[in-house]
Amino acid sequence: MDAADLIEPFVRMLDTIAAPAAVRAVERGGSADAMWAEVAASGFLDALVGEDAGGAGLPLAVANALWQELGRRAVPLPVGETMIARALLAAAGRPIPDGPVALAVAGQDRRTVVPFGRVAHHVLVESEGRLHLVAAASGDPEATGVTGDLSAVMRWDALPGADAFAAPETGLRALAAVLRAALIAGAADRLVEMTAAYANERIQFGKPIGRQQALQQTMAVMAEDAVAARIASQLGCGGAFPPSLAAAATAKSVAGKAAARIAASAHAVHGAIGISEEHDLQLFTRRLHAWRLADGSESYWNRRLGRLRLASDTGSVDFARAELFPA
Amino acid sequence: MTLAALPPEDEAIRPAIRALVAEAVAALPDDRRARSWAGFDAAFSRRLGEAGFLGLTLPKRYGGHERGPFARFVVVEELLSAGAPVAAHWIADRQSAPLILNFGTEEQRQSYIPRICRGELFFCIGMSEPGSGSDLASVRTRATRTETGWRVNGQKIWTTNAMHSDYMIALLRTSGSSDDRHIGLSQLIIDLKAPGVTVRPIVDLAGDAHFAEVFFEDVDLPAEALIGQEGEGWKQVTAELAFERSGPERIYSSVVLLDAWIRHLRGVGRGDTATLDLVGDFTARLGVLRAMSIACTARLAAGESPVVEASLVKDLGTSFEQELPVAIGADLAAWPDEAVDAELYRTLLYVTHLAPSFSLRGGTREILRGIVARGMGLR
Repeated sequence: MDAADLIEPFVRMLDTIAAPAAVRAVERGGSADAMWAEVAASGFLDALVGEDAGGAGLPLAVANALWQELGRRAVPLPVGETMIARALLAAAGRPIPDGPVALAVAGQDRRTVVPFGRVAHHVLVESEGRLHLVAAASGDPEATGVTGDLSAVMRWDALPGADAFAAPETGLRALAAVLRAALIAGAADRLVEMTAAYANERIQFGKPIGRQQALQQTMAVMAEDAVAARIASQLGCGGAFPPSLAAAATAKSVAGKAAARIAASAHAVHGAIGISEEHDLQLFTRRLHAWRLADGSESYWNRRLGRLRLASDTGSVDFARAELFPA
Repeated sequence: MTLAALPPEDEAIRPAIRALVAEAVAALPDDRRARSWAGFDAAFSRRLGEAGFLGLTLPKRYGGHERGPFARFVVVEELLSAGAPVAAHWIADRQSAPLILNFGTEEQRQSYIPRICRGELFFCIGMSEPGSGSDLASVRTRATRTETGWRVNGQKIWTTNAMHSDYMIALLRTSGSSDDRHIGLSQLIIDLKAPGVTVRPIVDLAGDAHFAEVFFEDVDLPAEALIGQEGEGWKQVTAELAFERSGPERIYSSVVLLDAWIRHLRGVGRGDTATLDLVGDFTARLGVLRAMSIACTARLAAGESPVVEASLVKDLGTSFEQELPVAIGADLAAWPDEAVDAELYRTLLYVTHLAPSFSLRGGTREILRGIVARGMGLR
């Protein structure tokens, strides 16, 4: 069974629960319980949980394909985050809660934007190298005030230490980064399709705008960025769970940089209609920007990767081979 | 296009090619290594042939090694990342031999391919003309039928390595006029020592002469100079360009400079945030481009002709190759009190000056983006 067969039921399930109208309803504050129930019933939440702990024990590369499908549909729930949290909890022998789990890296007295914080029941919080599973309410969640945003601003003055366990060596952020890169890749792919379709149907100057060379050049670059984001996200998930620092950094840096450009090109081609709430474009472009900013932008990951690179006396190709292409 | 891995049996040939390359580049300063593609060393090409590193994708009965595109990727990656002088065999090994294998007669295959695999026979490609650059179908150089074969008249230009090559595979008009566009074009193998052929090197802005103009005045060729079918030249050239556009050569042109700059940064001990950001950005992009190039190679290995994918990788790859010298120059000059050694400076400026050619050779950026746009269903 190859990856495509494996993810096919997941894709079918998402198509039934995450149509644009359903996504908008959750963004407007409607209940996500029914949607979540379908996701939970599918069994895919335990995709990354080891087989010995009752999960599917799928490799990270397959999770990447699942996450891209979430991005393609702008699914308004932390499905990927919950997969990661459940895998970490199971590996540490901790009980796994029902319901959606968000991921956060917290510091003392620091407010942090938690993606999907508004719809999560729990948050897996990393603090000083330890992971704490807490109820979402403990983070005192506040809406960001950004229209349609499902993130929440949270802070923890104290975390319950009792059940805490060691975070992966590369940190929760590296795992969140490869998830974000995959979500970006999925949404980017969707935007390329939407934009090409629109360019072929929108008539100006007596012909489809897609026949204008200037637009073709813009859209070719957009498609290239989308493929680069996809391959970057796959590279981020090419090794074992959790990903190496270099793999996570590469995935998030390249996908994040592509995200901003792809969103800009999609809007440029769509014109004014793309700015409207009514058009689905915004469901994807808003997410590209949010995911680019979440869990470290390209500069954050570049700096971490740059430090690793400068610590090595090998050539650039050998460095890439050793760090990014597991044998 | 999806992530693919180099098979272990192909990865296994890396140490042997690496050793051979190390020996060849040991005495070369970085600014010579940065010339890689343009570095002509016939003896090194013969050594590669003897060691079995040429004709990797070709059948054994013609002297090839039947290893496939992944093995070729490994060898080319080793050659280019170290800046080995590959110009002599480059075109023959990459394009001419596969073209002859695909479209040539049995006699042509027997005659040329074994010598290409031994690194003894060098080829150039006659495509551009003074009036035909991106609009390749407008070529005017003509081959007309004679009693014994063909007579060629006209001119090619920007022909890489014509002055060092034994043969040219030229795209010529064999019927109709340039108004007929893709119809009436054929490919002929031209012996560059034939009477009536004049090769004039063109000096480039770096002081090298890596390309040339080639004149044909009543050049008589035998009937068997025709390669493939008469009138099928356009189709053959399109297939040939997919080989040319998809390899690691489209991402590594500036990698000798990148390595020299990183050695400099390590030497002066610079680790500020702007520098780390830049080093990380280049490292991430190089990794992803490598993965994309391997993904493209996987399509070749599956027997496909990934024209759109190759164009896409080449556009991104050459953009990266061109950004490197600009950004590295900006970085070095942002620290005017830091000592920069003369070799790094020469390497930087050589790559800076030649970088515009990265997105010209093998199809301009604008042409490639047109191919990608058509692949998206835009017309």
